[in-house]
Amino acid sequence: MAGMVELTGQTLAAALSGLEQGAFSSVELTQAHLTAIEQLNPRLNAFITVTGEQALESARASDASRARGDAGPLSGVPVAIKDLFCTEGVRTTAASRILKNFVPPYESTVTAQMKRDGAVFLGKTNLDEFAMGSSNMTSAFGAVENPWKRTGDETALVPGGSSGGSASAVAARLALGATGTDTGGSIRQPAAFCGIVGIKPTYGRCSRWGTVAFASSLDQAGPMARTVEDCAILLRSMAGFDVKDSTSVDRPVPDYRAAIGRSLKGMRIGIPAEYRAPGMSQEIEALWQQGIAWLRDAGCEIVDVSLPHTRYGLATYYIVAPAECSSNLARYDGVRFGERVEADSLDMLYERSRAAGFGDEVKRRILIGTYVLSSGYYDAYYLKAQKVRGLLLRDFTEAFTRVDALLTPTAPSAAFALGEKMNDPVTMYLNDIFTVPASMAGVPGLSVPVGLDAKGLPLGLQLLGRPFDEELLFALGSALEKAAAFTHLPAVRAGVGS
Amino acid sequence: MSYLIEGNTGPWELVVGLEVHAQVVSHAKLFSGASATYGGEPNTHVSLVDAAFPGMLPVINEVCVAQAVRTGLGLKAHVNLVSTFDRKNYFYADLPAGYQISQFSHPIVGAGTIEIELTDGSRRTIGVTRLHLEQDAGKSLHDQDPSRSYIDLNRAGVALMEIVSEPDMRSPEEAGAYVRKLRTILRYLGTCDGNMEEGSLRADVNVSVRKAGEPFRTRCEIKNVNSIRFVTQAVEVEARRQIAVWESGGVVDQETRLFDPHRGETRSMRSKEDAHDYRYFPDPDLLPLVLDEAWVAALKADLPELPDAKRARFVRDYGIPDYDASVLVAEQATAAFYETVAKGRDARLAANWVIGDLFAALNRTGRTIADSPVTAGNLGEMLDLMLDGTINGRIAKDVFETMVQTGEAAGSIVERQGLRQVVDTGAIDAAIETVLDANADKLAEFRSGKDKLFVFFVGQTMKAMKGKGNPALVNERLRQRLLAD
Repeated sequence: MAGMVELTGQTLAAALSGLEQGAFSSVELTQAHLTAIEQLNPRLNAFITVTGEQALESARASDASRARGDAGPLSGVPVAIKDLFCTEGVRTTAASRILKNFVPPYESTVTAQMKRDGAVFLGKTNLDEFAMGSSNMTSAFGAVENPWKRTGDETALVPGGSSGGSASAVAARLALGATGTDTGGSIRQPAAFCGIVGIKPTYGRCSRWGTVAFASSLDQAGPMARTVEDCAILLRSMAGFDVKDSTSVDRPVPDYRAAIGRSLKGMRIGIPAEYRAPGMSQEIEALWQQGIAWLRDAGCEIVDVSLPHTRYGLATYYIVAPAECSSNLARYDGVRFGERVEADSLDMLYERSRAAGFGDEVKRRILIGTYVLSSGYYDAYYLKAQKVRGLLLRDFTEAFTRVDALLTPTAPSAAFALGEKMNDPVTMYLNDIFTVPASMAGVPGLSVPVGLDAKGLPLGLQLLGRPFDEELLFALGSALEKAAAFTHLPAVRAGVGS
Repeated sequence: MSYLIEGNTGPWELVVGLEVHAQVVSHAKLFSGASATYGGEPNTHVSLVDAAFPGMLPVINEVCVAQAVRTGLGLKAHVNLVSTFDRKNYFYADLPAGYQISQFSHPIVGAGTIEIELTDGSRRTIGVTRLHLEQDAGKSLHDQDPSRSYIDLNRAGVALMEIVSEPDMRSPEEAGAYVRKLRTILRYLGTCDGNMEEGSLRADVNVSVRKAGEPFRTRCEIKNVNSIRFVTQAVEVEARRQIAVWESGGVVDQETRLFDPHRGETRSMRSKEDAHDYRYFPDPDLLPLVLDEAWVAALKADLPELPDAKRARFVRDYGIPDYDASVLVAEQATAAFYETVAKGRDARLAANWVIGDLFAALNRTGRTIADSPVTAGNLGEMLDLMLDGTINGRIAKDVFETMVQTGEAAGSIVERQGLRQVVDTGAIDAAIETVLDANADKLAEFRSGKDKLFVFFVGQTMKAMKGKGNPALVNERLRQRLLAD
């Protein structure tokens, strides 16, 4: 039997081969991860709920089915599930007080498909409350710590958000992979902050059924893992048409893994002029240039493009997303499920339950959303934002007539410290500046770690592609990954730290 | 057209527009697979979607869409091949998601018309503005506990069609006739059962008043009126209230009101100031609803004959008066009943029997055409017996009454009770002689010129024959007997 560090330190693809070859069992693999969680989660707070018993039970079942010769594509692989996916019989909180004791009697489509393929669920990972945030600091279950440290500095850093728990868990080797959701960057930005890979697929690629909604027209599930290939393996299980989600798209799910390593000769890669944020560090600019060089070396043709409406992306996002959230979160009223604060009248019951149940950031967005949808303001805000959203989509559509994909930085900075940027929400919102436009347009985006900044923190580059061309993103991403040879490890990881 | 209410300052005209909520006939709800059947123990027809659990998503029910399109076609309305769903946001305990999915900016059906019939025989065309699909809310039960309210979500998410009229009606009668006609069309189409007691058809009534030639004045909306009678009553009392307000120098406020049928008045529910801001916006969970033109055409080809067409055909093919035809087509079952009776027979006579004797009998016995004790076949057979002279018109009334009581066939009643009319002139002559013998005084009067007594002798003879004499023969034989000498 391999040691714990070997078991948790390997890639998901390697783990699958090891299981296949009988080098170790799923029970051993799962136990190693549970032990790592036990050691590090008290510090990292990456998991809200750890389901050790169930995990070992499914590991045993997976070993048994593998012995019978009917292993699925994810059989025996321990993964973490963002606590926004409803899991049958397992508490699903959305990191909110209002759902702190909510146990859904149903399984989200995405997690059901992963279960179907044999995945072992270690538990539910922390996130910004209702996925609203870029730091994981808005969680009602406490902040998550990024396993990376600035060189010679023990200051706790944020893992990014909203899928911060998943990113932290995967980076710290507490899980081989994890699910995330991305509304404006919630997979890509924490992946970049934690030095891992994350992909937001095309809107409609993964079913939203059974995933707690934040902004329905933007929410999209996707995988987070330590390699591009691992993400490709996970996405194949997560994706697919679902009759229960009218916005999911009925087209076959390709074997994404097969796209990895394919020739990139003649691929045209656009470099959008607008993805240079004011105050963006020279390191990020340099890394971006490095990424361009790597892709050119891989045979790609580099083309300067313009996405002229990019600068309106963030502002329109912060109208559309809160508008939808203000309506989506109306169901948390203390009447049928979730936390209730008793009162003498219905209105007071609503007021008290929601006042006690929601955190400040959620309340802020509900207020913004309610405001922009109000009569008299609808045309000026929501309607105008939808028009601009159309222009953002047109930017991409036009760019994709000239190029096959775009390369940009993922975020304007590396991970910041816990507590930083909390006094001004707008500063926090600026973190999503490079990720939001693709969300608004519904196009897929992949973040790959490609290097460290001067303080030793990981930085990521983002690849954006045509709708439903995730395969090209995986191919390009793996080329960047190979060229970058990113082998740095976070300070806190299984077997190290705690 | 000229309905006016006389006020202290002269005559006032009424302006009425209606928003009718019609529950769609379908097995499942608009966006979930839960049963849409009326009744059931509270909260037994509820899916996770209806209860708005986290992560639940709506999926449109094709049957409900087809029903809305068929209704649109039945209202001769424009069917929009692209329509969208919007969220209407407000908090209430029986609205689980905190929003109702409706169609605000792009409804599935656009402008159409409904032709209404008035008691004076005139007809008017009322404009239909639009028809859209939306979800019903659940039900709040406030009378189960002194301090708590209970919620029943069985109805939550059931598909409704909101059918909005133009403000084209000008009297209580027209408002009532509109609802009646709309209900008839919906029932013909099978898209709504029209059952107002169970709430599957409810009307919001918009009323304003004005002086002749004026533009519209402020209207009030009377919510959830649940019978045609109440619609007409509500229109009238609300119009009178508004006239009183205007005439006393006041101003009618735009507001939502409730009709109280017991007290015969409308009461304010909420004024414009506390009106909800519904924050409508397109539902991001649902794509625009795009209909295939061929699919709509197929639904159109499959529509049943509708009441206006049927009425025209009855007038044309059966030669019955327009009014009779209107009465007969008001319900599909009645029209079908009538056609069975009229086919191959005297269609006018058939209409008279159905509208006259049959309707009276159904009224009297509290039954409907569907469970009529007299079947269409039996009534037809009775008409055959009349036409071939087996029974006369008088006996027919008795036979019909027996049919109503027992459900027996006419022929068997006639045979069993020996009601066949007597055409044997010998028997008639014998009866005449008996009558003349018994009324020698009357005979003398007749002979001295009192001609009117002829009718008396006919009556007496028929009476002596227990009504079974052939009326024509009795007349003929009497005339011969009395005028012969």
